[in-house]
Amino acid sequence: MIYKETGQYKSSYKSDHAIFPLLQDKIAFSTLMFIAFLIIPFVINSYWEKAILVPFLIFSLAAIGLNILTGYCGQVSLGTGGFMAVGAFSTYKIMTYFPDMNIMIIILISGLITAAVGIIFGLPSLRIKGFYLAVATLASQFFLVWLFNKVPWFYNYSDTGQITVSERTMFGIPVTGAEAPSYATYLFCLVLVVTLSFAAKNLIRSKMGRSWMAIRDMDIAAEIIGVPPLKTKLSAFAISSFYIGVAGALYFAVFLGAIEVTESFDIMTISFPVLFMIIIGGLGSMLGSFLGAAFVVTLPIGLKFLMVDIVGLSAVTAKHFEITIWGLLMIVFLIVEPHGLARLWSIAKEKLRRWPFPY
Amino acid sequence: MRIKQLLIGMTASVIAVSSYVEMAIADLKFPMLVYRTGAYAPNGIPNADGFVDYYKMINARDGGIGGEKILHPECETGYKTQVGVECYEKNKKDAMVFQPMSTGITYQLIPKATADGVTVYSTGYGRTSAANGKVFKWIFNAPVTYWDGASIAVRHILKNNLGNIRGKKIALVYHNSAYGKEPIRTLETLSKKHGFKLMLLPVDHPGQEQKATWLKIRKARPDNVLMWGWGVMNQVAIKSAASIKFPMDKFIGIWWSGSENDVLPAGKGADGYKSLTFNAPGTDYQVHADIKKYVHDKGQASGDGSHFGTVLYNRGLFQAMVQVEAATVAQKIHGTSKITPAMYRDGMENVNLSAKRLEELGFKDFAPPFKNSCENHGGSGLAAVQQWDANAKKWNMITEYMYGDSDVVQKLIAEDSSKYAAEQKIAERCN
Repeated sequence: MIYKETGQYKSSYKSDHAIFPLLQDKIAFSTLMFIAFLIIPFVINSYWEKAILVPFLIFSLAAIGLNILTGYCGQVSLGTGGFMAVGAFSTYKIMTYFPDMNIMIIILISGLITAAVGIIFGLPSLRIKGFYLAVATLASQFFLVWLFNKVPWFYNYSDTGQITVSERTMFGIPVTGAEAPSYATYLFCLVLVVTLSFAAKNLIRSKMGRSWMAIRDMDIAAEIIGVPPLKTKLSAFAISSFYIGVAGALYFAVFLGAIEVTESFDIMTISFPVLFMIIIGGLGSMLGSFLGAAFVVTLPIGLKFLMVDIVGLSAVTAKHFEITIWGLLMIVFLIVEPHGLARLWSIAKEKLRRWPFPY
Repeated sequence: MRIKQLLIGMTASVIAVSSYVEMAIADLKFPMLVYRTGAYAPNGIPNADGFVDYYKMINARDGGIGGEKILHPECETGYKTQVGVECYEKNKKDAMVFQPMSTGITYQLIPKATADGVTVYSTGYGRTSAANGKVFKWIFNAPVTYWDGASIAVRHILKNNLGNIRGKKIALVYHNSAYGKEPIRTLETLSKKHGFKLMLLPVDHPGQEQKATWLKIRKARPDNVLMWGWGVMNQVAIKSAASIKFPMDKFIGIWWSGSENDVLPAGKGADGYKSLTFNAPGTDYQVHADIKKYVHDKGQASGDGSHFGTVLYNRGLFQAMVQVEAATVAQKIHGTSKITPAMYRDGMENVNLSAKRLEELGFKDFAPPFKNSCENHGGSGLAAVQQWDANAKKWNMITEYMYGDSDVVQKLIAEDSSKYAAEQKIAERCN
């Protein structure tokens, strides 16, 4: 009854093609956007910004990127960390070469550069699939990280290989660097994430998105009915890398401010967690990308909060528990709901539809 | 049904979370970023234990600092930068000082802490040029920096070669990160000055895999090997050096590569391995007696208490002592026991640990005296060489505390800090 569809007639193609066809969804989404844009900026503090919201937004973007490639186009990739590093280092280099360029433009250009790199590393996908492709993309992860650590040009010959962001402003308010207020960095990321998510959602519903899914479901059949594998696979790599590159640029410029490629873009810090996000969230689902990112970002912090601040365990015991619980949850999740949190949400919707007599 | 349970569970957890109210803090807060898990835990645990035991001892013996109890909440970072940021944000309110115990996290905190007005004390690690107090107002890295360390190691090698190392080959085995790369520039400058050949051998995180590195050393046969390692990397390197029969007395580690945990796994093979240090090992000091009396004998030792008197435990004591001393100095300067983070910074800048003061604090002959000033946040720049005796299973100091090549180091510090000041648009202080 809560999800009452009856009575909501679609009388035009436009309303039939709406992203949120149901009134309830529209209301829920508008409320969410209202809270995100008009309430959170006024109540945010630096802990919520740096520990939860900004990483959540950035990892959502990375998860959308990987979901496009893996969830929609079926090409497994373990190179997320490497591609994020491309975004970060492009931002750094452009920033130092063009000190007056607007940060938004720099970040989008970094995304385009990452897209170009993604196309190059996507070439093997024309010949290999599945696990073999995963190994090939793994190579890109190691190669890119090695490259940014090895060639001093990328980090402007700094002694330590660290790259540090300098202050950049949007409308006169700093959004990067240590002086940036919490609401500014948050809103900056939010605007990018919301805009790019809508773009992704519409791309997926377009001809391009449908050809990705055709390739994912059965590439030979897709080819026979006229979906060109070269163009489709490479476009998936390009667009996915664009999203991941933007995420990497934000991760460096807005979130951390100073990074070291070997540590910040390590396979264990980025590539696997982002893959877990889309698996836990739901492969081939926009909502899943967000739910997965929220889960992976907040779970360790939530567990730590619960165990250390409420129960009063020592920090190290809590950490050991956290690692164990994390592992257990992964296994339980894959057994109980292999389709991820997005599927749980659609089950919940189904139940709400039949409320108060769900079966 | 399931939904109902889920809802109940969610409501319960929301109530639990909102009922958590931050307690008002009247005490002095010294948040700790520790890593008792992960690849760096073997080094992180003894060091953290040293800190905690010292704080507990001060609370028990003196009733805190000037009557104010020390709070020392731990936050586990696992040596990860992102978690370090979370820990910092969580604890920065009213925090006196952060001791990140990781060069990566230190780099991360330098701009943030400067903006927030929180002191960061990276004892003998972190960004070397932070020794220039004119640029780095909130950052301290006394008593000695990596660049001092590199030049002290070279000085030791010079001494053992009668002052001439022209044409000799020195290899640097380093953790392939900001930490390990710190000494490279200094060593390059020194290699030009003294005419030795420098061989750079990076080891990737976490440092388990060093076969190729030591194969290269076996082939190239450098006369000396220096090491900038941490965590499991140290153990593997020392074991590998022993297995290729590299002469151990030609192998010198930085002060983070010279603890019991690093040499014990190599057994007798590690005999003669050298490392730099800026504090003495052992338990023959007044502070140890006090810790034994006020903390360990009451069964309140941090961890299992087994690290008492080890190199990194003692270094933890030293680090904690400097942090506590800074609070004492700040209380004296400002004439109040309830100091704010800004007052604490003034205290840290005016720390003067003379031989007499060290003795009063129970650290007689434990470390060389040093003092900070407005210009100098890097302390004395003194370090000594210690050598491992595998039969007695103990470290022996084999040299006096010595200075590095201050001409070279000071020039590099001035260069690097002015570059940073220009990038971040910082005006120099102390003029």
